[in-house]
Amino acid sequence: MSGLDWIVQVIGIALAVAAAPVFVGWVNQCRAWLQNKSAPSILLPYRGIRKLFHKDAVIAVNASPLFRLAPYVVFGAMVTAAAIIPSIATRLPFTQAADAIALVGLLATARVFLSLAAMDVGTAFGTMGARREMMIGFLAEPALLVVIFVVSLTCATTALPMIAEHLSAQSFALNPSLAFTAVAFTMVLLAENARIPVDNPATHLELTMIHEALLLEYSARHLALMEWAAALKLFNYACIGFAVFIPWGIATSHAPVSLAVSAALLSAKLAVAGAALALIETVSAKLRVFRAPEFLATAFLFAVLGLLVRLLLGA
Amino acid sequence: MNALPWDLQLLNTLAALLLLLSFAMLSQRRIVALVDLLALQGALLCLATLLLAWRTGSPHLYVSAALTLGLKVVFLPWLLHRLIRRLGVYWDTEPLLNIAGTMLLGVLVVIFAFGLAQPITALASTATRNSIGIAVAVILIAFLTMITRRKAMSQVVGFLSMENGLFFGAMSATYGMPMIVELGVALDVLVAMLVLGVFFFQIREQFDSLDLKHLESLREDQ
Repeated sequence: MSGLDWIVQVIGIALAVAAAPVFVGWVNQCRAWLQNKSAPSILLPYRGIRKLFHKDAVIAVNASPLFRLAPYVVFGAMVTAAAIIPSIATRLPFTQAADAIALVGLLATARVFLSLAAMDVGTAFGTMGARREMMIGFLAEPALLVVIFVVSLTCATTALPMIAEHLSAQSFALNPSLAFTAVAFTMVLLAENARIPVDNPATHLELTMIHEALLLEYSARHLALMEWAAALKLFNYACIGFAVFIPWGIATSHAPVSLAVSAALLSAKLAVAGAALALIETVSAKLRVFRAPEFLATAFLFAVLGLLVRLLLGA
Repeated sequence: MNALPWDLQLLNTLAALLLLLSFAMLSQRRIVALVDLLALQGALLCLATLLLAWRTGSPHLYVSAALTLGLKVVFLPWLLHRLIRRLGVYWDTEPLLNIAGTMLLGVLVVIFAFGLAQPITALASTATRNSIGIAVAVILIAFLTMITRRKAMSQVVGFLSMENGLFFGAMSATYGMPMIVELGVALDVLVAMLVLGVFFFQIREQFDSLDLKHLESLREDQ
């Protein structure tokens, strides 16, 4: 581990934190285009965050310290996750601290704190949102874990950068198990990031929302951190997907040229993934909350099928 | 990573897709979509047979591919669609178990099937022997589809899907059955289908519905 590794690591984290709101802005822009609306600026999430940081925070009288603490914990968890997930380079010193399974735990920590904070004030919507979030979470988590198991079986390691390195080194082969897990992962991504079949990120209709219901009591800098964390979560998920399913072009050394190529490729992948996400959201209708378990059971099924096919066919 | 030749890779992918389609059929609520899925399964089977025929160079597999195409992709789905139109049964009622539960059960069935196929796989010498487990799983899932449905129509679709699984199993274990057996089975399926078509009308005339639970009660009980 040289100093250069740490520099690249810090650049990677900074890039993730900086690019996450832009990615969300890009998804929103694509969705607006697909819906024949005039699109908002790609920098709109940034402006929202800046505006929120300039406001005074209002906190409910009966809020406990947990309520103030939660935004920092959630944001911190997402930044730590960004440190483990390879975005432009695979030689990350942080990898030795935590692997993909720890990453799932990290995401769970963020979810638990988010839900506790929502229940803390004791409003009906916050509690309802928290319960729904936990329901989605406990169904999505096993599916995500099985996805990771399949990939770990293929690469014989649970560290995400090693997985990306291994997969990007091998030549192209038809791989049904990875294809199944890719579908499962996409479904988990949609559910975990409050995207349309499960939750509508643009809604403020109280009875159907999940993610927004959790944030109802937050304002100003706390809300800004929460929204930034949500953007970072989406970015992290996208990067996990890239590392596992389309790792080609990721930098395995620290030569400036390969880093530059990797960054350019990452932005291209993000652009395509964002457009695809907007397309999925536009063509599908929101499910009833009670259909969400079915959706996630299907994701789990896909992941398990991937695992079984992997074990049987060895492919 | 393994470096399989591309045709085996494709065959494995087709096998995996067959398994996926079985699960799609297991979770499908609408009978029209169920028949379409059956046709798709037949098409995949036909593709797999063609690929295997090309790989092994055995002419009788070409014949059975053509038979699959004609019978399972074109004729039987057409017949089923026609029956659905004439009987006016577009909907299947809720399955006996809820969908998520059925699918989890399906996963257990697949694990069981893979375990079951392990010794056969060890004995077989074909290049496609790994798919035997998938074939057994397709058969058992089709069986599960039949068990969890009440309506005669979906049970017949399950039955035909089971036949697809058997065919695929024979193909992966021994590169297809002897020609005469294959022809016999195809004829059997055809006749069974025609007879069942007549049965549907009889059942409906007797009970005003295609729900098979009416058949379970004895006449004296009524």
